[in-house]
Amino acid sequence: MLESTGIPTQQDIDGVFPSEERMAKGPVVIVECYQNIPCNPCYTACNTGAIKEFVDINDLPNVDHSLCNGCSLCVSNCPGLAIMVIDITFSEEEALIKLPYEFLPLPTVNQVVKGLDRGGQPVCDARVVKVINSKALDKTPIVSIAVEKQYAKAVRNIRMGE
Amino acid sequence: MKPVEILVVGGGPAGLCAAIQAAEMGSKVLVVDRNRALGGQLIKQTHMFFGSEKQYASTRGFDIAQILLDKIDQMENIEVMTNTTVLGLFEDGVATLEKDGKYIKVKPKAIVVGTGASEKTLAFPNNDLPGIYGAGAVQTLMNEYGIKPGNKVLMIGAGNIGLIVSYQLMQAGVQVEAIVEASPTIGGYLVHASKIRRMGVPIYTKYSIKEAIGTEAVEKAVIWQLDDKWQGISGTEKELEVDIICISVGLSPLSELLWQAGCEMKYLPELSGYVPARDENLQTSVKGIFVAGDVSGVEEASSAMVEGYLAGMSAAAYLGYSLYNTKELREDLLQQLNSLRHGPVGERINKGIASILIQSEAAASTEA
Ligand SMILES: Cc1cc2nc3c(=O)[nH]c(=O)nc-3n(C[C@H](O)[C@H](O)[C@H](O)COP(=O)(O)OP(=O)(O)OC[C@H]3O[C@@H](n4cnc5c(N)ncnc54)[C@H](O)[C@@H]3O)c2cc1C
Ligand code: SF4
Ligand code: SF4
Repeated sequence: MLESTGIPTQQDIDGVFPSEERMAKGPVVIVECYQNIPCNPCYTACNTGAIKEFVDINDLPNVDHSLCNGCSLCVSNCPGLAIMVIDITFSEEEALIKLPYEFLPLPTVNQVVKGLDRGGQPVCDARVVKVINSKALDKTPIVSIAVEKQYAKAVRNIRMGE
Repeated sequence: MKPVEILVVGGGPAGLCAAIQAAEMGSKVLVVDRNRALGGQLIKQTHMFFGSEKQYASTRGFDIAQILLDKIDQMENIEVMTNTTVLGLFEDGVATLEKDGKYIKVKPKAIVVGTGASEKTLAFPNNDLPGIYGAGAVQTLMNEYGIKPGNKVLMIGAGNIGLIVSYQLMQAGVQVEAIVEASPTIGGYLVHASKIRRMGVPIYTKYSIKEAIGTEAVEKAVIWQLDDKWQGISGTEKELEVDIICISVGLSPLSELLWQAGCEMKYLPELSGYVPARDENLQTSVKGIFVAGDVSGVEEASSAMVEGYLAGMSAAAYLGYSLYNTKELREDLLQQLNSLRHGPVGERINKGIASILIQSEAAASTEA
């Protein structure tokens, strides 16, 4: 499926999400990298050891969610834009999602945008909580959005202007 | 005739790294590129690259070019000629260069050819209408000249280049109506495909273009589904309103100069076309002519750079230059190539290379 559509299946997604237990502890990385390609900057970026050293550079990233502190350093370093961070504990009703976003104009804080799923379809509203575009991110800004908890697993992108 | 020690043809990642390595070992290098700026494909790439730290992974293509160019600037024994085309490499070792309509002859003692690859075209009705571009041309317009090529595009081909150029078109504010791919699966990296998909762009596999429609320029594109024999199925046509059709159906090595120089060549689909036989040090069947990068097999900038260093090292060693640690450096480069080519894509590349590898005593020359 993924090979012919570019959209990971629910099974693919479930396979890379951390346990409910870990999610409940706060911000954590989701690494959606499903193909063996010669690449490893996610490992190089991570300071906590959550993303393990690659034995072979073509390996899939090996993530130990228990070591991840959700710092999101890896998010803007991944050339595949395959990484995001989710904090399910953000508020009573909402989860926070930190996404890489390389389009202009950037959204502004408190702007309400559409949360899109992995096929680009709108699934819910999303409130922009933070936009970081520092020099260290090297032109891959990170946008933090708040969405209702039930959509935390579905939202993977945003669209403005609606 | 201009005296030259090592002539590097092409200033893409392969040629630049060859020049840097050869100059570091003490030889005098002339780098010639037909473009007005050095950097080859890299200067058009605004996305972050894959690979590992040694090949500047996670750095954007044009920034990698700048890193290499800064190094070249600092080296006194590298001379650069841009806007200069190498027209011929002759069997007597003479090379002819053309700059501003003037011809220059040089007789280098060794040559590294890093001419890269050229885009393949695709035959379909009305493919000569204005608005139909190769992916490379679209990138040049957008990323070198800052010109938006149109408003709505159909991309043909879902290899890495088709996917990346689609993404760059979206960043430039162009709407990508669809990407069609004749194969049953997406050829490019799936992370690239996913990031385009979640922008809402459909990727149709087993689809191709049937025809372009328009009078003065492209107004519409008709796409259709392909059967298992890659033939269009009538009744499956879809009409898309687009003003650009971008063709990205692959590259083939730009190897004319190698033919001319008398190098042994072989057609290998794994390496995307006619490529030169070479030994482990990237020397061709013609002594003193070395190759690196896409011209020796279409691959990636990461491997083009590593091959460049290796070819530059071999060319310098061929002329008798060495460093105290040449042997270790060479081992490290071979190791980098090995690890880059370890995955499923690399396996194909390795298979191709194995079938044209020249086993010769020359392979030990840098170890002397
Ligand atoms: C859209 C796109 C995205 C890519 N993304 C990636 C990526 O993410 N990661 C990655 O590793 N690779 C990527 N690549 C591939 C990478 O750019 C190439 O593999 C790499 O540039 C090959 O390097 P090269 O030096 O062999 O050739 P080139 O970069 O093509 O350079 C060849 C140079 O030779 C010059 N030349 C040719 N003929 C002559 C002549 N007769 N006389 C003088 N000069 C001549 C040309 O002007 C050119 O400057 C991408 C390529 C494209 C098109
Ligand atoms: S979010 Fe931080 S700690 Fe977690 S994997 Fe990424 S870099 Fe490592
Ligand atoms: S950096 Fe991104 S694309 Fe590369 S291996 Fe890690 S997750 Fe995959």
